[in-house]
Amino acid sequence: MSTTLLELRQLHVSYGGIKAVRGIDLHVEKGELVCLIGANGAGKSTTLKAICGLVPASKDSIHYAGRCIVGVASFQLVRQGLAMVPEGRGVFGQLTIEENLAMGAYVRSDSAKIRSDIERVFTLFPRLKERRRQAAGTLSGGEQQMLAIGRALLSRPTMLLLDEPSMGLAPIMVKKIFDTIRAIAAEGVTILLIEQNAKLALETANRGYVMESGEITLQGEAKTLLDDPKVRQAYLGEG
Amino acid sequence: MNTAMGLKRHPATKWGAIAVIALVLLVLPFALATIGTAWVRITNLAILFVFLSLGLNIVVGFAGLLDLGYIAFYAVGAYVYALLASPQFGLHLPFWAILPIGAAVACLFGVLLGAPTLKLRGDYLAIVTLGFGEIIRIFLNNLYQPINITNGPQGIATIDPFRIGNLDLSRDQLFMGLNWTGPVKYYYMLLLVLLAVIVINIRLQNSRIGRAWEAIREDEIAARAMGINTRNMKLLAFAMGASFAGIAGGMFSAIQGFISPESFVLVESIMVLSMVVLGGMGNIFGVILGAVLLSFVPEILRYTVQPAQQALFGRMIIEPEVIRMLLFGLALVLMMLYRPAGILPSAVRKRELAKRDNGT
Repeated sequence: MSTTLLELRQLHVSYGGIKAVRGIDLHVEKGELVCLIGANGAGKSTTLKAICGLVPASKDSIHYAGRCIVGVASFQLVRQGLAMVPEGRGVFGQLTIEENLAMGAYVRSDSAKIRSDIERVFTLFPRLKERRRQAAGTLSGGEQQMLAIGRALLSRPTMLLLDEPSMGLAPIMVKKIFDTIRAIAAEGVTILLIEQNAKLALETANRGYVMESGEITLQGEAKTLLDDPKVRQAYLGEG
Repeated sequence: MNTAMGLKRHPATKWGAIAVIALVLLVLPFALATIGTAWVRITNLAILFVFLSLGLNIVVGFAGLLDLGYIAFYAVGAYVYALLASPQFGLHLPFWAILPIGAAVACLFGVLLGAPTLKLRGDYLAIVTLGFGEIIRIFLNNLYQPINITNGPQGIATIDPFRIGNLDLSRDQLFMGLNWTGPVKYYYMLLLVLLAVIVINIRLQNSRIGRAWEAIREDEIAARAMGINTRNMKLLAFAMGASFAGIAGGMFSAIQGFISPESFVLVESIMVLSMVVLGGMGNIFGVILGAVLLSFVPEILRYTVQPAQQALFGRMIIEPEVIRMLLFGLALVLMMLYRPAGILPSAVRKRELAKRDNGT
């Protein structure tokens, strides 16, 4: 139990009179890559927003590194090693790629190591290095996603929350992004991945949760879920 | 623009240029005094507007928060000075004691405006700040009964000048064979403060705080995801901008010797905002240029329009005031068409425009 990094206990989220998340339990162990899959509107993104403190969550429902983080402001979570790559990427469009990455290291003050970490992101994403002095807004969607992930890494997170990294990207780009996600996980960063592309997410993750109408309906080893007839029928388009 | 880039490449030329500018600034008041002391006064007011523009640039240019009531903080600083150094309450505190108080009170008002508007952006924020500016002015206009605090529309007169020991900055003096008039002495003091303000602004822009503001201006949610305390940083922008205006207001009070709510109307806020936009939002030297231009050009027009019309038509056809506003409007329209990022755009805004050009 002591290795549990993130734990949701009966998380309820409702806003505007709609119950978007209805009492879900979920846990992520240190070093794991866990995915949360489900159809559009199932409550995945709301769950993530609740973890980040962007929407109000029910009392005592979210624990990170052994502490309840309900009500903790999102900017403080970054300082505690919980970084988020927001849906729609949210790069700073007018700033250059380098400036975006430097902004990711805002919570740090070890400038020498920040430099070398920026270089590491560039080895992870050579595309970004080619365009380091270009405004981030001029990048393609996939490159922006790379930048958003790279920027999140610069805060040296213990845990990374990824919201729909494949959204709106060309298949070849999606493959690249997911290869990188695996590489980041291999370096020991714990990852919670929110994804609509169930097949890809389950192929990448160790474990998975399936969410439907605000509830967790299935969970287990990613491989087991991939073979589960219900998952295959509902999310992998097989009859 | 080219010269600015050239300067960066040749440090020797850069220092040479700085030396020339410094020399010009040092002899300027005596040169202007030969034309008329009025021009030294105009220059002093221009420097005050540079202060205001640099302060507003923190709020609008750095943090991206549109503030249409900025002049209210100038008013607060001016009235704090006037009330603490005039016969109004019989208080005559020294200026070095009042200016920090003025800055602090203006800063408090900045936070007062910032706190309830934290969640507003763009147009909505502009409307609230506009209302705030008007509220302050109307208060100043009406706080004379039942207890007379501000003396209402009549304003406060015979405000103390700055005094350093026996040196009275408002009096004329002969020194080293030169006639040091009040405005000339104030000019040098303002220049000194201006230098400090510019240095503070440059340091701010390149600091962690400056980067946080930049992030907030670009995307507030993403800024929060970077670990930036957006609430505190926005409040800080309001507070710092307001403090600058508070200090400028105090100096305005002392230099003018008389203030009334009329000096702090909405048009003044718009004027300061125009200086920031015209010069180049977010670029410190652009903002300074904008403030200097918009302070001087109308004054030059005031002195040239009438004689020019007399010479051309034998009589005055259009009032100088009308022509001023006409040209001012025209200048702004032309700017928005041909240099929408300002005369000296900030690096970031230059990129923004380049991107738009590529896109079309």
